[in-house]
Amino acid sequence: MSTIAQAAPPSRGSVLYDPKIRGAAYQILLVVVVAFLIYSASVNAIDNLRAAKIASGFGFLENTSGFDVNQTLVSYGATSTYGRAFVVGLLNTLLVAAIGIVLATFLGFFIGVARLSPNWIVARVATAYVELIRNLPLLLQLLFWYIAVLRPLPDARNSVSFGLGFFLNNRGMYLPRPLIDGDAWYVVIALGIGVVAALAFGGWAHRRQMTTGTQYPVVRTGALLILGLPALVWILTGITAGNPIAFEIPEQTRFNLRGGLQVFPEFVALTLGLVIYTAAFIAEVVRAGILAVSKGQTEAADALGLRSATTLKLVVIPQAMRVITPPLTSQYLNLTKNSSLAVAIGYPDLVQVFMGTVLNQTGQAIECVAITMAVYLAISLITSAVMNSYNRRMAMVER
Amino acid sequence: MAVHTLSYVQTAQADTLPPPLLVRGPIAWVRQNLFSSIPNTILTLVVVYLLYVVIPPVIRFLITDAVWTGIDRNACREDVIHRPVGACWAFVADRLSYFTYGSYPIPERWRVDVFFALMAVGIAWMLWLKAPAKGLGALYFFVVFPIASFILLTGWSAVGLTPVPTAFWGGIMLTLLVSIVGIVFSLPFGILLALGRRSKLPLVRLASVIFIEVVRGVPLITVLIMANTMLPLFLPQGVSVDRLLRPLVGVSLFSAAYMAEVVRGGLQAVPKGQYEGAMSLGLGYGRMMYFIVLPQALRIVIPGIVNTFIGLFKDTTLVSIVGLLDLVRAIEASRVDPIWAAPTVSYTGYAFAALFYWICCFGMSRYSIMVERKLAAGQRR
Repeated sequence: MSTIAQAAPPSRGSVLYDPKIRGAAYQILLVVVVAFLIYSASVNAIDNLRAAKIASGFGFLENTSGFDVNQTLVSYGATSTYGRAFVVGLLNTLLVAAIGIVLATFLGFFIGVARLSPNWIVARVATAYVELIRNLPLLLQLLFWYIAVLRPLPDARNSVSFGLGFFLNNRGMYLPRPLIDGDAWYVVIALGIGVVAALAFGGWAHRRQMTTGTQYPVVRTGALLILGLPALVWILTGITAGNPIAFEIPEQTRFNLRGGLQVFPEFVALTLGLVIYTAAFIAEVVRAGILAVSKGQTEAADALGLRSATTLKLVVIPQAMRVITPPLTSQYLNLTKNSSLAVAIGYPDLVQVFMGTVLNQTGQAIECVAITMAVYLAISLITSAVMNSYNRRMAMVER
Repeated sequence: MAVHTLSYVQTAQADTLPPPLLVRGPIAWVRQNLFSSIPNTILTLVVVYLLYVVIPPVIRFLITDAVWTGIDRNACREDVIHRPVGACWAFVADRLSYFTYGSYPIPERWRVDVFFALMAVGIAWMLWLKAPAKGLGALYFFVVFPIASFILLTGWSAVGLTPVPTAFWGGIMLTLLVSIVGIVFSLPFGILLALGRRSKLPLVRLASVIFIEVVRGVPLITVLIMANTMLPLFLPQGVSVDRLLRPLVGVSLFSAAYMAEVVRGGLQAVPKGQYEGAMSLGLGYGRMMYFIVLPQALRIVIPGIVNTFIGLFKDTTLVSIVGLLDLVRAIEASRVDPIWAAPTVSYTGYAFAALFYWICCFGMSRYSIMVERKLAAGQRR
């Protein structure tokens, strides 16, 4: 038998029918076509750029931008460079994405669980929310929040007050601004120690439980360490050296609000729109994840005499998370990518600053588009790399 | 044996109990589903209060207080008609033709209507699972219909259709056009990309993977801006690309990458035995894919294709950012028109757009759920 199996494959009559040669031919054809497209596109681009007298290369990043941006996380002015404008836009994108992801996760989990609630009316309202929000374009929702909700708010003179120094008007939201003193570092250090201690305690408790089965109140202790330690230090420094963290509360003057921290309406509208939109998708992910845990698991936990909260914590959620995590990550990426719709309402994110203003001023389309796309691509690829390694670690170990 | 009277056996008939009110019937249902425990009761009351706060004002705004007829802003102003004014539907009624056709010349608008009709036929043919002559339907939808629509909408002097520049196209017509172009191009191109990604030839696979992952990793708006600014650069001098064509290219490439991933899911779901069976029959790669694998793979992913299409349909609103007059832009342009400057006009415009998109997307998602159930019928025990 083995002699037959090892015999040379029958002749196909012509080299045209040899799959290896065919494959090579197809690939060569593909390479030639792609190379030709790239070549002709670059030749044309060079011609066109020369005709339009547009410089090329990344030297423009050093030039003075000459435009201002209202919301900046790093110091920036009209005399800063285009490179600095890029940093400003990138940080604004990351800021709205980070805040949006945190809030959307909370809202999405809440609604996803509410959809499975035994309470009929709660489940129905959650379903209605998901079906309403998922089926409307995000751009429309952003325009609605920005133009129909935030614009018609009263002007600064008649701000809506929520008490405790929170105000809302058509120039955005005003919050108390923390004034950080030198001694405030003690509080920050205390917070750091608290987090480290909580993590260490969590790890120790987990190992203990694995070996002995004894449970410890990890959440309560952790919360006490993380919140209690800085609070204690704050009070102590407050007694000994004066309050290290004061709050500057926005003050209602005759025509305007003075002081405090102003959050621009574009940011509020964008965050609100992204959170509400993405939460509807996250809710579906969460619901699917919880439903994917078979009923036998819950029943077995009941049979062991676990309470329903313990069942949820120790049996259902760990298994559901395995199903939830991959689609949840892709929702986070979607939120980050969708934050580029900021350009429609004028929030200075990466696309608005760099692909909008900088591109229009310099005309260097290729460089601006390439840099912006590279940033989003890098975010996507890094996230998927991290997620893949996480998934490998979390994947069910089967026999 | 004497008959013992067992003291613990009841001899008299007991009275019948009243029917259990709290096990069946509406009261029991309410108790079980709404007020089963104290937290549940609180939750119910909070939600009911929330609904009470939200629903009546919305109904009042949209229906009770709405203004249905009128010719200009005076119809929708509280100080003119002396009653609370809700939605200004008169504005939508007045602008409906603009919202539908954009600035397409009025005598030529029948052509757009024919386009809508042709599209409806094509979509119905594709979506109706048991439609006759599916192959013919695909030919119609992917070849005949696009060419016919192109001739119909742009015009062709030789057959007596006056040319209409694309700058006049707009509204719902443009929204539908962008989505249809997206699906008509993305499906074939997406299938090719998916086959490329699963190909044994390393360079083909590499090229497909790079294209798919790059496009899926960036936001649509960057692709649109790229198409808008860079497409003219890459073409020889003097060749100008139509303002409408640039975003169309962007949308098509973008949705093709997403479609490729959906189709790849279908290809992976076809059992290996099907591939091997086809090969053992002596079919080549092309015939194996065309006759054996793709018909099964595409059937599995119909829900996925429809879901991608829903996303594409919602994303068409982004073309308004790069300057096309789609439905959102048409509403933005109309709501600031001084003829209709009234306080509630903006809300009404958004409500109309929301209604349009919601009905379309919700309908499609119901369809996709229905297909999913039908396809799963074979697996259900």
